[in-house]
Amino acid sequence: MKPKTLYDKLWDMHEVTEMKDGTSLLYIDRHILHEVTSAQAFEGLRENNRKPWRVDSCVATPDHNVPTTQRQTGMEGVKDAVSRIQILALDSNCAEFGIREYKLNDIRQGIVHVIGPEQGLTLPGMTLVCGDSHTSTHGAFACLAQGIGTSDVEHVLATQCLAQKKFGNMLINVEGDLPRGVSAKDMILYIIGKIGTAGATGMATEFAGSTIRALSMEGRMTICNMAIEAGSRVGMIAYDEVTFDYIRGRAHSPKGDLERQACRSWENLHSDVGAKFDAIYEFNAADISPHVSWGTSPEMVIPIDGTVPDPSQQETLDAREDYFQALNYMGLTAGQKITDVQLDRIFVGSCTNSRIEDIRSVAEIVKGKHIAASIKQAMVVPGSGLVKQQAEDEGLDKVLLDAGFEWRDPGCSMCVAINSDKSLPGEHCASTSNRNFEGRQGHGSRTHLVSPQMAAAAALAGHFIDIREII
Amino acid sequence: MEAFKTHRGLVIPFNRANIDTDVMLPKQYLKSIRKTGYGDWLFDGLRYLDEGDINTDTSTRTINPDFVLNLPRYKGGSILVAGDNFGCGSSREHAPWAIRDFGIKVVIAPSFADIFYNNCFKNGVLPIQLSSERVSSLFDQIDTNEGYELQINLERQSILLPDGTDLPFDIDPPQREQLLEGSDVISLTLGHRDTIMRFEERHRKVAPWLFNNSIV
Repeated sequence: MKPKTLYDKLWDMHEVTEMKDGTSLLYIDRHILHEVTSAQAFEGLRENNRKPWRVDSCVATPDHNVPTTQRQTGMEGVKDAVSRIQILALDSNCAEFGIREYKLNDIRQGIVHVIGPEQGLTLPGMTLVCGDSHTSTHGAFACLAQGIGTSDVEHVLATQCLAQKKFGNMLINVEGDLPRGVSAKDMILYIIGKIGTAGATGMATEFAGSTIRALSMEGRMTICNMAIEAGSRVGMIAYDEVTFDYIRGRAHSPKGDLERQACRSWENLHSDVGAKFDAIYEFNAADISPHVSWGTSPEMVIPIDGTVPDPSQQETLDAREDYFQALNYMGLTAGQKITDVQLDRIFVGSCTNSRIEDIRSVAEIVKGKHIAASIKQAMVVPGSGLVKQQAEDEGLDKVLLDAGFEWRDPGCSMCVAINSDKSLPGEHCASTSNRNFEGRQGHGSRTHLVSPQMAAAAALAGHFIDIREII
Repeated sequence: MEAFKTHRGLVIPFNRANIDTDVMLPKQYLKSIRKTGYGDWLFDGLRYLDEGDINTDTSTRTINPDFVLNLPRYKGGSILVAGDNFGCGSSREHAPWAIRDFGIKVVIAPSFADIFYNNCFKNGVLPIQLSSERVSSLFDQIDTNEGYELQINLERQSILLPDGTDLPFDIDPPQREQLLEGSDVISLTLGHRDTIMRFEERHRKVAPWLFNNSIV
């Protein structure tokens, strides 16, 4: 039998039919919905008198637009009238169509890409979609997960299928032990820095190698989460014991005989020896240092001991203009040490880094210390109600509050800044999120992407420091 | 969706690479639950000097006179020429909605991000990929010729330049068809209803744990 990649296997397991024009219908097992990209899709169903094909495949939760304070008051706590309309629209659409929803004050509510795995709704071998580009996160569980637009949200609701052509196969292989102080986040920032934000466009990307295998599921999710920042809609990691240990016993994961049957099938979720990839990148873990983004694209990153690059030294005219524009927006000068940038805000959260492991790593660094006086705000926003509860059970909230952090309620928060959590014009924010685009964290805001450990250390110092010097 | 066959229009140059969908349509407008009305917010952070939101009357805002969309010579433009990796980042379909609502029918770039590219076809916007050299020469010509117009023929897959040159472009047949017919993709897919149901039945037998989630 011809050796197959993990992506080939997942594709073949779900291809309903290939149509005459070369497009395939791909059967979708799980559809996660949130308030920002679903209202128009539900409206489309109503306009055309259609019903969802399989409501038991769907699950919804509000996350992008929710406030991260005063949540115990429920909808009363949503002060912004426009946000409230959008959240209520999700509630009423789910009620009308019979879709299960973890509402605003349900402890299971949280960021879509945190709660799927947490509830055992994300499983190996499945296809999963969500109207959010960071859906690639779920691929850490050896499933085929991708972000889609609102038209496709409507299409999947109505037909249980996605109409698409198969992507190419890309392999990113990382070998060796990660150096001390270097996390999964640094690894993915490093990789994006090397291959660029369009480096994997049109590809389904599998991350493999001993470094990837050594990561926890939290770390693997951080890696797959940012596959889209390299242009790849799909990020994936092969199934192994680490995957199984995470899934086992979750609310919706298979139990008993069904679990044994599922496991036998999951064992096959890896690329076969000799499988053909269209593109392969090889990296050594030993080459990776803690990273910080300096510009307005996730590929604009440097190691913590690096200096802000000089636009005039770039090879192409386009790159020179891009770099110049980015430096101008960020208020930095070429040659400046990244450790010299004074920070205003610290944001720990987002679908990239808001899981229990991330919060533990921040607490470990700031325990018994206090954030610098120059920091205007430092906040930790857990990825779900259950992450929040777990952290509180471990006493991490106390550690963070004592250190001067704000301890918030779960949601996307300042990663996308649709709610009231924002940076102000010109402010520098050390952020554990995934995008440093112009205005992403607020009009005129200046984002620096980092790992949770680096964000914690920066909160204490008031500027970036090399985490390796303090641990 | 309205069908797209041919289009002739004034060209707007936006010579920057990696234009992300956050720049195309900033986050504050994602709060709208409507499908239309995004045109005034296209490139909002670049187009206006002050910050607006969904409730701001755009006529009261301060225009950035230097931004290309505000230059008088490009007023009424309906074809956008842009740099590499256009539409990267967020999957928000609000970005192509803003492009469409502004009146842009065609976007030409050396490369596009995948989700944005696919979203365009679902909203009657034609994204055309041309080589970097071609795009760069278009930028030169737009710059030196005021009122520079292009004529796009999707059926023939060609771009007619003012000097009479006919530039061919590639496009996947299904996506071309989708625009030419203005077809409702959901109806087309539902034409395969029986095939989907047969697949589903088989899939349920092979992987029953994927169907085992009662609603809680």
